[in-house]
Amino acid sequence: MLETLTLLLVCQLIGEAIVRYLALPVPGPVLGMVLLFAFLMARGNVSDDLAKTTGTLLDNLSLLFVPAGVGVILYADLIAAEWQAIVAALIVSTIATIGVTALLMKKLAKPLPRDGE
Amino acid sequence: MKSGGGDLFELWVYLSTTPLLGLTVTLVAYLIGRRVYEHFNRTPIANPVLIAVILLVALLWISDVPYRRYFEGAQFVHFLLGPATVALAVPLYRHFAEIKRNALAIFVSIVAGSTTAIVSAVGTAWLFGASERTLLSLAPKSVTTPVAMGISESIGGFPALTAVLVILTGILGAMFGTWTMNALRLKDWRARGLGMGTAAHGIGTARAFQVNELAGAFSSLALGLNALATAILVPLIIRLLSS
Repeated sequence: MLETLTLLLVCQLIGEAIVRYLALPVPGPVLGMVLLFAFLMARGNVSDDLAKTTGTLLDNLSLLFVPAGVGVILYADLIAAEWQAIVAALIVSTIATIGVTALLMKKLAKPLPRDGE
Repeated sequence: MKSGGGDLFELWVYLSTTPLLGLTVTLVAYLIGRRVYEHFNRTPIANPVLIAVILLVALLWISDVPYRRYFEGAQFVHFLLGPATVALAVPLYRHFAEIKRNALAIFVSIVAGSTTAIVSAVGTAWLFGASERTLLSLAPKSVTTPVAMGISESIGGFPALTAVLVILTGILGAMFGTWTMNALRLKDWRARGLGMGTAAHGIGTARAFQVNELAGAFSSLALGLNALATAILVPLIIRLLSS
């Protein structure tokens, strides 16, 4: 667990440093994800420790959004002032985006290989 | 204030200033949310993030604890978002062959989805007569928070409002995404994951992982690529719409 956490933090740290230094328009952790991906490609496998620890982290991914979500309390007034427009925009846009993306992908994607391959 | 009541008050004053309280209530609220979610067979409407946020907002409101003080404890959970984002590389690596095989389809779907997200959000809010600041703050709401806030700032939106809109979008995506795709009779996990990640970033991706691992991997990919697509498309689309 400790090795994996260190690896994740090292990737994030290098990612943050590169993003800051080159003023890139992506967040540090997203570049960190690319770095870990490159690391895995170079190594050619996922160790048991890496699989287990990242699995635990991703199983509880929802939890990590809770503190930011509670931040709604700070801007309740702003949202209340135009809530009809905001609620309508978010619902219409979310459903439309999911529909367009998923339908297009279904149309364009090559059929999945048969099970067991 | 010399009796037991006074002591209890002092105890509360002490506890409410330690990070321990904010951290503990966050975990307890989330566990309650998850229990409810499991009880209703993981129906998307009983979204655990939504339940936890409602409980905590009510708690802060009743106890009059400022958000800043709550966050001193909750930041330990918040901090893990960074390493968790890095960890998304593992499912991406596992399904890389499938991703590579469909690279063009993925690219086209995400660019179309990203454009839909921006135009439909700004267009709908405009029809409802929203202010310009709200319109600009809405434009990047489908991508992960730090990117969305950066875009919002660069086009003259209000980054703090954008951050809240991003979280609300994620919760709505996790709640209505499954229902939308079932209504469209979509069964392909790759397409379902890509839709979730493009529309509802990390919160949608969390939901995708709870349903299917392949969907989770495609959702992770969409989350990353849509951040790039939106950063490029929002300034272009805003310029087109305002002319």
